[in-house]
Amino acid sequence: MLKFIFFRMLQAIPVLLIVIAVTFILIRQAPGGPFDSEKAVSPYVLEKLNERYHLDDPLYQQFFDYLGNAVTGDFGPSFKYPTRSVSEMIFTGLPITFELAINAMVVALIIGISAGLIAALRPNTAQDYIPMSAAMIGICMPSFLMGPLLVLVFGIWLEWLPVSGWGYSAGDKILPSITLGATYAAYIARLSRGGMLEILSQDFIRTARAKGIPEHIILFKHALRGGLLPVVSFLGPAIAGLLSGSFVVETIFQIPGLGRFYVQAAFNRDYTMIMGTTIFFSVLIILFNLLSDIIAVMLNPRLSYGDKN
Amino acid sequence: MKNLLRRCWLLGLFFLLCSCGPMESNLDSATDAQILHLGNGTEPQGLDPHLATGVPEHNIIAALLEGLVGENPKDLSPAPGAAHSWEISNDLLTYTFHLNPQAKWSNGDPVTADDFVYSWKRLLKPDLAAEYAYQLFVVKNAREFNQGNIQDFNQVGAKALDRLTFEVQLEAPTPYFLSLLSHYSTFPVHRETIEKFGAIDDPGSLWTRAENFVGNGPFILAEWALNRIIRVEKNPHYWDSDTVTLNEIRFYPIDNGVTEERMFRSRTLHITSTVPAEKIEKYRQKSPELLNISPYLGSYFYRFNVNKPPLDDPRVRKALAMSIDRLKIVEAITKGGQIPAYNLTPANTLGYTSESTIVFDVEQAKLLLAEAGYSGGVGFPEINILYNTSEGHRKIAVALQQMWKQALGIDLKLYNQDWKSFLFTVSNMDYEIARGSWIGDYVDPNTFLDMFVSGGGNNQTGFSNAEYDRSIRSAAKTIDMKQRYEYFQRAEKILTDQVPVMPIYTYTKLYLKAPELKGWHNNILDHHPYKYIYLEKTD
Repeated sequence: MLKFIFFRMLQAIPVLLIVIAVTFILIRQAPGGPFDSEKAVSPYVLEKLNERYHLDDPLYQQFFDYLGNAVTGDFGPSFKYPTRSVSEMIFTGLPITFELAINAMVVALIIGISAGLIAALRPNTAQDYIPMSAAMIGICMPSFLMGPLLVLVFGIWLEWLPVSGWGYSAGDKILPSITLGATYAAYIARLSRGGMLEILSQDFIRTARAKGIPEHIILFKHALRGGLLPVVSFLGPAIAGLLSGSFVVETIFQIPGLGRFYVQAAFNRDYTMIMGTTIFFSVLIILFNLLSDIIAVMLNPRLSYGDKN
Repeated sequence: MKNLLRRCWLLGLFFLLCSCGPMESNLDSATDAQILHLGNGTEPQGLDPHLATGVPEHNIIAALLEGLVGENPKDLSPAPGAAHSWEISNDLLTYTFHLNPQAKWSNGDPVTADDFVYSWKRLLKPDLAAEYAYQLFVVKNAREFNQGNIQDFNQVGAKALDRLTFEVQLEAPTPYFLSLLSHYSTFPVHRETIEKFGAIDDPGSLWTRAENFVGNGPFILAEWALNRIIRVEKNPHYWDSDTVTLNEIRFYPIDNGVTEERMFRSRTLHITSTVPAEKIEKYRQKSPELLNISPYLGSYFYRFNVNKPPLDDPRVRKALAMSIDRLKIVEAITKGGQIPAYNLTPANTLGYTSESTIVFDVEQAKLLLAEAGYSGGVGFPEINILYNTSEGHRKIAVALQQMWKQALGIDLKLYNQDWKSFLFTVSNMDYEIARGSWIGDYVDPNTFLDMFVSGGGNNQTGFSNAEYDRSIRSAAKTIDMKQRYEYFQRAEKILTDQVPVMPIYTYTKLYLKAPELKGWHNNILDHHPYKYIYLEKTD
């Protein structure tokens, strides 16, 4: 297993380098710069600013300087927020986004797996159609619609839950977690239904049933393990997606997470912040994919690390 | 099995709902505690008064620092600030400020004239590269110092005559000088604190962090949680702390207007920074007492690139500007009580109202277009209308497109760009017709008219007119207000004749305001000195 992890890490290096290079080049191609503002900045001030952030150096030199600093973990100061370093901003937003992603994942797993199980038990009956139609709606409904709807009902009409914030008042984490988790719950429901159906139709389940093993033992002990495999392989990308895709939910609920920084940085042409967050998210995605591959092997004896490579 | 699952489900749902009974909102307890909850737009870029550039920054800095002169909350007329009195010489070139001996920094140090000398020097330091350094360019030799032509700050017209007397010499009589002093860029900073955390011209200095900040304003910085909240508390060392009623102000950076409106509705905020356009009508009908609309010193307009044919012909520009129905735009699209604008400077800016205007006259516009060789719009090239990506701007651009098609028979194309690309395109003059706006820095026609002098950084239309430049220059040197306004009238007449810019409306400031909030007066700069604000229970 260690060998497997080592080689996967090695593979990650060129991937990261390509991500860094492409991002670096693309953001410099975008018209407009970090210091453009509605009230024109005098050429004199602009010159000073470019000098301060070394934007007057040749591009290749800026790139290698950046790379050198980044290797040592120094992502530089944010252009938009000059008194904050990119690392400081990432690590301020990260715990919040991470917590949001985990909460959403838990919501998604609980709702998704239960719905998938219920549906798989009686395929092609109302018990299947109803949760699966709900899942379809969940997949189709974007969070920018789901969020405000939930807020309207639970926050403003019923006054049960706060409409914004994260850890400021009791219960304010509930709506964002559900909003973000809902789409993933829907995917998980469909995946676990499919996985369970496949397993439940296999010979070893029939044998177990013939031996008179109680249904709940068959279901939870024998079937679930294999039936959830598709869900597990989906988890890695899903967590990475939850982390990097929390922007909309963070905006709706006014949550000071990383997702907002990520998107705003692009609009602000905050070069260092764009680079820092992109690298950071790339590393996360690589790590979570690796993690979900490892878990998949652990759950499925038919796979080995060699096959996965 | 399936019953078990179903039961678990219901149980979970039950617990979820039980855990959250009706909540107590922010505002219920705020009045007794005198805590103001304020929606503040975006996360501030920083709280350094010499480097900040936006409205959210202004709102916070105004609580933390105080300039030489304060503002009367109703009409913005000068009121005592760090200086309790001042004298102006007859030629309007020398201002002598007498600092209040009671004025103190939040660590107890006295505020002295040297603090102001140091602070103005910092703002003008070339290496600080402060965008708002130009606010002090009316001070003698300030521009020269800022551009590195003078090294010795003693030659700049800002001196400490003694510990409590600060003298300013100006380049030219500047009737709006006192108004400039209410801009945060002219506010003082605490020398020892700046020097403790870096060099005088270090923009990345950490002195503005909550644990480090030393200010001389009515409040002190208590907490700054990135993208979450900025909390300021009453400053016991403030010279006028008896006037201050609020104990605390909480600024929330909320960049999404819809989210902000929801927070207001759930009584999390006393006041919002804006109102989403689609909500205005609803508030107007259902709860007009919460909707606050007031005139604002800003102009919404479109620029014409005068170098690109057919816009190089003033008759074409004028025809375009004369054929749009501004009233319809403000009534059907913006809906926030905006005032249709037929000239650039908002009416009654420090008593000045332009005499010349662009009239709304479609027939005349058709004639002008025909004179320019495009009778009935025939042969008019297909040019573009550029705006920055936003639903509000798009609606206006679409309206313009339709009005021009209807009135003049010409087809223009729309395109939009994200904010930074848009700024880049406009400043490089790579457009034909582009949206623009300008919010006055101080209350004087000069802040608008100065924009279109030849080669001005914010001109961005290619417009250049010697007579216009002369009028603006003469106005700057004139003491007599009447004579000065005549120069401005002359300049504005050139603008309405030549039409490098097509004004559409004068801004209004819109927000939602809770009934408990008192002492908040509407004024055209949207400045609200916090020391006069208080919260009072209503029925």
